Amino acid sequence: MKEASPAKAYALHLGVIALLFGLSFVLPEYHHGLLARIMVLAVFAMGYNMLFGYVGLLSLGHAMFFSAGLYGAGLAVIHLGWSVPAAFAAGLACGTLLALAIGMLALRTSGVAFMIVTMMFAQVFYLIILYFASRTGGDQGLVVPQSARVLVVGGTSLGLTDPTVRYMSALALFSIVLLVTLAIVRSRYGRVLVAIRENEERTKMLGYDTFSNKLAAVVVSGTVCAASGAAYALLFGYVGSTFASVQYSILPLLWVLLGGAATTLGPLIGTLFMYYVVDVTSGYTSAYLLIVGIALILLVLFFPRGILGTIRQRWLGWLP
Amino acid sequence: MTPLLTTKGLSRNFGGLRAVDGVDFALMPGEIRAVIGPNGAGKTTFVSMVSGRIQPSSGMIVFDGADITDLPAYARVRLGVAYTFQITSVFANLTAYDNVALPVQRTLTDGRSKGAVHAGVMAALERTGLADRAHMPAGQLSYGHQRLLEVAMGLALKPRLLILDEPTQGLADSEIDNFIGLVREIATSATVLLIEHNMPVVMHLADRITVFNAGKILAEGTPEQVRANAEVQDAYLGATHD
Repeated sequence: MKEASPAKAYALHLGVIALLFGLSFVLPEYHHGLLARIMVLAVFAMGYNMLFGYVGLLSLGHAMFFSAGLYGAGLAVIHLGWSVPAAFAAGLACGTLLALAIGMLALRTSGVAFMIVTMMFAQVFYLIILYFASRTGGDQGLVVPQSARVLVVGGTSLGLTDPTVRYMSALALFSIVLLVTLAIVRSRYGRVLVAIRENEERTKMLGYDTFSNKLAAVVVSGTVCAASGAAYALLFGYVGSTFASVQYSILPLLWVLLGGAATTLGPLIGTLFMYYVVDVTSGYTSAYLLIVGIALILLVLFFPRGILGTIRQRWLGWLP
Repeated sequence: MTPLLTTKGLSRNFGGLRAVDGVDFALMPGEIRAVIGPNGAGKTTFVSMVSGRIQPSSGMIVFDGADITDLPAYARVRLGVAYTFQITSVFANLTAYDNVALPVQRTLTDGRSKGAVHAGVMAALERTGLADRAHMPAGQLSYGHQRLLEVAMGLALKPRLLILDEPTQGLADSEIDNFIGLVREIATSATVLLIEHNMPVVMHLADRITVFNAGKILAEGTPEQVRANAEVQDAYLGATHD
């Protein structure tokens, strides 16, 4: 939000993107695949952070936006035989429309009521998926056939199942969303969102229609989360109702809290951290969730602003 | 000359309490009007209805010839009705600069240019003497400076009517003198409606004074007229001149 050092911030973000690009060539196969998945889910976390971190609206229903993208894209391929770009666009459109409708209704509330309302809508969405099991695969889910997951660019067709293509696609989506997020939070609109978080009543008295601004933020957030879901369906080929369950509404909240709410890179760091803590600890013990829980408690106790939030507070005040 | 602001039969009930009771009020463009009255007289409720923070139970508010009774607060701000809060309510975690940038960027119609925002912010901060503190978080400013920042935010809205709700509350005497000068300067470009308890400030600044008591207008006139009014002395002035 500072006027100073835009060059530094952009350099840092481009550096992170370059680093992720470089990692593609050195990482062993297992970590290569894991990182591709983490980048896609970090997009989910970034979408969540847009609303939670910057506007201060805590939603417990973002799984519905993720799965709107997931099913929007997945079902378009499976049932309608759409191409990858068309299916991705369908996923985005589903997320945008859903976010618009949910935003109009849920933003009549705030605070705890907003959490409950979003959670209930997500639950309805989850139950709808189960109800139409003949189309959605119910709790079994559906596999997006490999043959359909092909991106045709110019004359060449790229199979999204190829690890490098998959990694680079995930990186491309991640980079676009990261830079768009950075641009938004540094913009005048971003300043208004933070003002709403800090003191909504005051923001109104400066002449801002806070409802419209919040609605726009819900739509942006929902669309980004849907982009993540659509990419997940197309890159990893699985569409399942687990992704619409309440667990997937809580996860982005955890990732964002861990990495640092209202930081642009926090969602990536939080997602990365969480995945690797689970990955490493599950190698040692079957009670790995216990260790994850303890790690979370320690983090919240000693670093309530999350990893990047603490770094920004103590050392690097210019971090966006 | 037509009034900038008029209210007709403006009332507001809180449960059984009639906080503001059928107020007919008119404010001429360019004047500095002080609203005084004992605690609980309905002053803040009255200006809150004018600014749109509270909906009236009945009555009508006309600003610059248009009925604004049903407009939401943000739309009234856009018409030029600015309100500065009684309880300091700056964005404590944002810098003074960002606090003022919020109103400035909204009033700019040219949209894009960063230079225009910067110039507008610095102008408002300089007018209130806060320019050298632009990059401090507002919450770390002294109380007096936070009050000034509040005024700077009001100014940055380029209001036609600036409502100041007890602006000198909690200020030191030296700060109050500066403040009087600042309000005079603001009044050259805007109409000022001022709720104030500090009588010397009111007598120095106001062109006219409206006295509220128990939700109604008790008296209205120049400072001299109000000072001489026996009813006002009973209701208010006598009680504070101890």
